[in-house]
Amino acid sequence: MVFSVALYLSLALFAIGTVVKISTWFTRKVGVFGRHFTTAQRVGGALKGIFGVVFSAKIAALLRALILDVLLQMRIAKEDRLRWVMHLLIYGGFMLLLLMHALEDHITAKLFSDYYSTLNPFLTLRDIFGLMVMVGVAIAVYRRFILRVPRMMTRPMDHYAIVIVAVILLSGVLLEGAKMTSHSEFIRMVEDYAGMDDEEEIKALESYWVAEYGLVSPTVKGPFEAGILEKGYEAHESNCADCHAPNASAFMGYTAAKILAPVAAGLDRANGVTVFWYIHILACFFGLAYLPFSKMFHIVSSSVSLLANAVMDPETSLPENIATRQAMELDACMHCGTCSLRCSVSVAYEANGNAMVLPAEKLAALKAYAADKALSPKAWAALGEGIVLCTNCDRCTVVCPAGINLRELWLSAREAILSKDGVPLLMLSPFSLFRGLNRHRLPARGYERPLKALRQAMADAFPLVRDTETRIPVTPVDKDFKTEAAGTGPGSTFAYCFSCENCTTVCPVVEAYDNPQDAVGLLPHQIMRSLGLGLKDLALGAPMLWNCLTCYQCQEHCPQGVKVTDVLYELKNMAAKETAAGS
Amino acid sequence: MMKFALFLGCNIPARVQHYALSARAVLARLQVDLVDIREFTCCGYPMRNTDQKTALLFSARNLALAESRDLDLLTLCQCCFGTLKKAAHLLEKDASLKEEVNAFLAKEKLAYEGKTRVKHLLAVLHEDIGPAALKAQIQGAFKKLKIAAHYGCHALRPSDVMQFDDPVSPGILDALVAVTGAKSVDWSQKLECCGAPLLGVNDDLSMKLTAGKLADAKASGARFLTVACPWCQLQFDGVQSRMETEGRTDADLPSILYPQLLGLAMGLSERALGLSMNVKDIHGVNAFRVE
Repeated sequence: MVFSVALYLSLALFAIGTVVKISTWFTRKVGVFGRHFTTAQRVGGALKGIFGVVFSAKIAALLRALILDVLLQMRIAKEDRLRWVMHLLIYGGFMLLLLMHALEDHITAKLFSDYYSTLNPFLTLRDIFGLMVMVGVAIAVYRRFILRVPRMMTRPMDHYAIVIVAVILLSGVLLEGAKMTSHSEFIRMVEDYAGMDDEEEIKALESYWVAEYGLVSPTVKGPFEAGILEKGYEAHESNCADCHAPNASAFMGYTAAKILAPVAAGLDRANGVTVFWYIHILACFFGLAYLPFSKMFHIVSSSVSLLANAVMDPETSLPENIATRQAMELDACMHCGTCSLRCSVSVAYEANGNAMVLPAEKLAALKAYAADKALSPKAWAALGEGIVLCTNCDRCTVVCPAGINLRELWLSAREAILSKDGVPLLMLSPFSLFRGLNRHRLPARGYERPLKALRQAMADAFPLVRDTETRIPVTPVDKDFKTEAAGTGPGSTFAYCFSCENCTTVCPVVEAYDNPQDAVGLLPHQIMRSLGLGLKDLALGAPMLWNCLTCYQCQEHCPQGVKVTDVLYELKNMAAKETAAGS
Repeated sequence: MMKFALFLGCNIPARVQHYALSARAVLARLQVDLVDIREFTCCGYPMRNTDQKTALLFSARNLALAESRDLDLLTLCQCCFGTLKKAAHLLEKDASLKEEVNAFLAKEKLAYEGKTRVKHLLAVLHEDIGPAALKAQIQGAFKKLKIAAHYGCHALRPSDVMQFDDPVSPGILDALVAVTGAKSVDWSQKLECCGAPLLGVNDDLSMKLTAGKLADAKASGARFLTVACPWCQLQFDGVQSRMETEGRTDADLPSILYPQLLGLAMGLSERALGLSMNVKDIHGVNAFRVE
């Protein structure tokens, strides 16, 4: 009764959870790609897409991905052998247990007419499958907590995944062990299956089971005479052996039985078998019911992602399907950290501690964002920096074992994030190259917005650059600023400037404008002079800084050895600090 | 046999794969052994605008990785070259900075002493192998092919740090073009920036500079540009193509990565050099070959 109620309840919760989860793939919006499509359009697009794949040559690619990527997980093998072994052990062992053991009535018994869970090979196989999972979990714990794979972070969901699998497995082994030791189980089996009524014979059988099967009896204790065991063996052969292989062949349960032996009598009185049974099946049912909301959902979502990856293409797939895929991909991430391990800008995290620079953490934040969970201003700023501080080197996309197209995910999500307040100054740097290269794929409206917002923010922070009316006092000199600028190595060389304007003459940016001062505020030689005069607002606020190509023509051509380009770099760094402190 | 750690940076593996492909093909023919270090990351270049300290850590970590394998580092990208070279220069001059950086690297059990040298592909071809040895490999030189050699900024300047070539009148790339039988034309904007560093920041300015260079190279009579940097290639190839659709240029001057040009002259296959991976078609260059 309890079993049936718990089973159907957890199955129902699993089904509802899965439907809810999958429905979010069609409702959530990750970024700008396909943003305007309605849920109905996205469902329609998905059906069309699936239909188109199944009835086309693409089915071959789909099947290939199903075998190589989903079942054999070759993408993991390519990246990390140990992890592949770990994953195959857990997933392979668990699947086999599910099919052979959990669904024994529905599958194994149907396939094998002489099936008994207590007969070999099934008895041994169950323990072999269990051992596979346990070794896999042990490797998982080792990787996460002892080996400490760089930049692999552990969130509560990672703990849960390890704990739920471990509880199911351990309770199963303890249940098996407790059953072996249990005297009441023995009596029940004798009554149910043996049909023996000779007390002597039962006692002999009991002695034999105590000696050979790990049974702990309150009355019968070894050592036994050879004659008794001989008699017990005969009783066993004629009454039990047909349906019960040696307990020792279930090596894990048998080991557990040996460990439990000293407390077995008490355990049996306390109904230990029932207790372990409840723990075991309730853990299984809890795991099942909670699966759609846990990391374990990646069984479904990562598989879907791998299949989608095999047949979808950012350039040719329906845009509504790309939006759906991106929402799905947020669920497909199992937070394995392979992307973060290979991330090209991971040093920025190691140096400054913003975990959102790392793809795996960034994706977790995007997931919260797409689910309309409010991010704290601090987390929002960190995410903004993380989404811009990316060279789009593609490595995360190449290595992702779930086939998530992170490159497209970032491209799409970046626009959504940049359409809000709090654009990081980092945008005014070569990090924006990829966005520029993909301008034609992004919504035209909004493309310039973050750049304009930043220019405006800089103009507001340093208003004197545009203000030609205000008289700027040159005394007293801002000594602090001059000292700070001069203290940076190349910065000190500005003092040699005698305003020959060579730097400005050779500057290709200045050259490109009819009226350069309008465009860039101060020209390079004017910035050097502003520094000399200690005019912080002018030196730090000139738009010239953020329009500098860093081509080093000015520095190369300075007759005085002023490190002009390097000074501009220093000023940009100082302006970044200054505006970050002020915001 | 020469051996280098190949530093690809971020753009090449993602967007300019044919640069790596052709460089590897050419260097293999020239018996240069390349070692790939998977732990390499971004050189730090895009970080310099806002945080040079962190950019330096990026560079130092990469230098230390090469040094831990006793290898010199070969870059294909000029921005990586400039950034790594600059970092090596800073660390050489400033012992306390080096100590600070090494304290950071120690967390990964890395250290940088300053033994690893940073070399750009062009310098390896020109100095370590030399035009004479290259010439010996030429199997089908170009004839009557006019090429506008684009040097790129960060290999040349600042010259006191880069030590690459004469910053005002460089000759390495011209000599390397001459090796293939092609003629390197004179053009006034030869040493100017391609415009790529401002793409995404100030697109109009970036493309205006590119358009200016393209027009100037075209006016010099060149049929193709040749470059040795992924940033420049992206700008002169894909961005030029996009500029055409937006009516920003009509120069129609395709850009060939230098190892593609050299490789063709050496008789390597179009496939091995990734010729069809260029956005703007460069197959026409074959018309200038004499077998």
